[in-house]
Amino acid sequence: MITVTIVLAVAIVLIASTIYFVSRNSRSKLSPPSNSSIVTQLPPKSPETGIAPGKAESFPENLVPPADIKRGLGRARLAFSRLFGSILGSNGSSQQVWEELEDALLLSDLGMELTNRVLEGAKASLESTGETDGLGMAEAVKAQLRSLFVEESRDLVYSEESPTVWLVVGVNGVGKTTSIGKLAAMAASDDRKVVLAAGDTFRAAAADQLQMWAERTGADIVRSIPGADPSSVVFDSIQRAAARGFDLVIADTAGRLHTKSNLMDELRKLRRTAEREPGHLTEVLLVLDATTGQNGLVQAREFAKAVGITGVVLTKLDGSAKGGIALAAEAELGVPIKLVGVGEKVRDLIVFSPDEFLDALLDVDSQDDLSNED
Amino acid sequence: MFDNLTDRFEEIFSRIRGKGRLSEAEVDAVLREIRAALIEADVNVGVVRSFIERVRANTVGEELFRSLSPAQHVIKVVNAELTNALGGENLKISYASKPPTVVLMAGLQGVGKTTAAAKLALWFRHQGRNPLLVAADLQRPAAVEQLRVLGGQASVPVFSVPGDPVNTARSGVEEARRIGRDVVIVDTAGRLSIDQELMDEVRKISESIAPNYTFLVVDAMIGQDAVNSAKVFNDALALDGIILTKLDGDARGGAALSVRQVVGKPISFVSTGEKLADFDLFYPDRMANRILGMGDVLSLIEQAERTLDKEIAEKGAKKLKGGKFDLEDFLEQMQQIKKMGPLKGVLSMLPGMPKEIRNADIDERELVKVEAIISSMTKAERTNPDMIDGSRRLRIANGAGTTTTAVGTMLKQFKDMQKMMRSMGMGGPSPTKKSPNRSNSKKKKRR
Repeated sequence: MITVTIVLAVAIVLIASTIYFVSRNSRSKLSPPSNSSIVTQLPPKSPETGIAPGKAESFPENLVPPADIKRGLGRARLAFSRLFGSILGSNGSSQQVWEELEDALLLSDLGMELTNRVLEGAKASLESTGETDGLGMAEAVKAQLRSLFVEESRDLVYSEESPTVWLVVGVNGVGKTTSIGKLAAMAASDDRKVVLAAGDTFRAAAADQLQMWAERTGADIVRSIPGADPSSVVFDSIQRAAARGFDLVIADTAGRLHTKSNLMDELRKLRRTAEREPGHLTEVLLVLDATTGQNGLVQAREFAKAVGITGVVLTKLDGSAKGGIALAAEAELGVPIKLVGVGEKVRDLIVFSPDEFLDALLDVDSQDDLSNED
Repeated sequence: MFDNLTDRFEEIFSRIRGKGRLSEAEVDAVLREIRAALIEADVNVGVVRSFIERVRANTVGEELFRSLSPAQHVIKVVNAELTNALGGENLKISYASKPPTVVLMAGLQGVGKTTAAAKLALWFRHQGRNPLLVAADLQRPAAVEQLRVLGGQASVPVFSVPGDPVNTARSGVEEARRIGRDVVIVDTAGRLSIDQELMDEVRKISESIAPNYTFLVVDAMIGQDAVNSAKVFNDALALDGIILTKLDGDARGGAALSVRQVVGKPISFVSTGEKLADFDLFYPDRMANRILGMGDVLSLIEQAERTLDKEIAEKGAKKLKGGKFDLEDFLEQMQQIKKMGPLKGVLSMLPGMPKEIRNADIDERELVKVEAIISSMTKAERTNPDMIDGSRRLRIANGAGTTTTAVGTMLKQFKDMQKMMRSMGMGGPSPTKKSPNRSNSKKKKRR
């Protein structure tokens, strides 16, 4: 035991002093100003581009019209509907209803701060209008929630000159590769010729997974050996797309925790490659898992800082999760949620609309048929 | 994991610590803040409520007002409840008397099941077992291929047949029996808890292979939904434990707390990095201590024993005691410490580390630079740094690929450190707060 103590003592002393040492060094040099330019000026969106939800006819046979967001929201919607049902029945000033409402918002992963903001805002507006009934309260809360969304187009942007490049980023396991498969299908149904760049050279068999999506959607794919430099894969994809006159390169990237600074550096480099001629980078999409808790906000912040995200793809919204964290990210960073994944089928990736989302969440009338469905 | 929670608790408690009396309103305020801290750490709203209620029930009343230091009393109650919430013993695997021991992995999509399966296989191999991995995730494109690759890295064979997952799982267990593997780990497809069809499928797999252990793999970043899905999986499969993944991120991991509370099943393993070996048993009691800022000394000792060279460590300790700790020793010890893994991880296990240090932005590359500088010195220079003059400094800088200023700064810092160590002796209070000339030398630094 004595040796253990000694070992430990040395360890503690040394670690403490080393840290003292190192932290002084690194603190003083505090990372140079981030040189990652964030795209604020995207090429103007031409009216015929983007993915319009109404384009059902042009989908290939296996790609039927977009799924209904209401169906996808499933339980989340049910919980809210029930709540709003009880609000409507109440007189809006009861403390208990406010508490229930707070719980419901917190349970959607909206986070403490935004929940408070929504509730305080709603209370204030009720006070000013003098309304006290349940309907007024429901409307006030809805308006507060609505105000958290940014007023920005949620269409995916194509550049005027081909090839357009979309970079897809996110932490591990959020569904990046699957989302890319669905994006490729969407683009294909829009008569775009697509090259998939298998930029995830780290995860075992990630390229195989993307290859299957390429076959399914008729897209081209550029892949390399495991462990290869992802930038070179993206570079080759853009070259290939340009040479063959393809419209769109969708670049997959390896999932990475935003805390791994070396991997985030790699992503910066990847972005620089994707920006280079002949490619035109118009979208850096962050894929967020709807089951993610408050860490989702940190993810969005860090990825935005590193590579400047232009939109969020919210996946797995068909579970019991409610994806409130994506709303929190939109409210804080001003990056719109562009697409939501509400199912496993190719067509289950749909363009996000805040109004539809809120209507679906708060739609009291149809809660009966939902309960049946459940 | 839980680091932010620790900070928040520290902050909350520091405001009431030392107060002679606590009014009921003050207790309320503290409880509200604890509630917010827990919710921000993704602990389930319901779990938080019952936690707060238990704390309140144990704090208000006579005892609080009789107590000499009411704040201390509140802290004690919170600590007890937290330990209780996380508490329990770590998992001790009992192997099936008639091999193979069957392990089933289940979970939502994208939580890292396949990787966790491979890591668990490697862990079993390190326990002296001969595992077989069975790829029964026939849903996700290339999942089987992924497990094959990972199995290859872990030197564990992988079995799979296309077609029906239930059949694959069963054949996998039979195969293990046939070729004499004593542990079988069955990886299943990720599924949403509301997908009845897939939940039925995993239940059928479970029924047909009768696993000895069923683990639910949970992503440490999961939010409020953790509780719902854990409940559904527990109803379908009768879980034995939870494997918590992606702990190497900065998620606060509150889900771990809620899942344990709601399902009553402990966290068995944690996955803390991208390498297959970054995986270990979870020690609930140690984690509770860590949240409460009491450090995780046991894990640290184990880690130190595993990785440190005892002789070198003892030598270093002796020199330290005698105040003769020079650059040569520093280099030696630094190389030892590096073996223990990332500094930040080691640091978080130390008790009583002030928050500024725990959260300091530690750049491990700085260590490499320091090492290069010391390595470029002669033996004599290392024992007696005072002899380093301008020309020696230049030579050292050239050798280390850095500037003379950097060498100078490093030497000065080492001197500061020596002074500091001398003044604190062994095992004294944390030295870092009262480091001399701190602001001075910071100003002098430029890059």
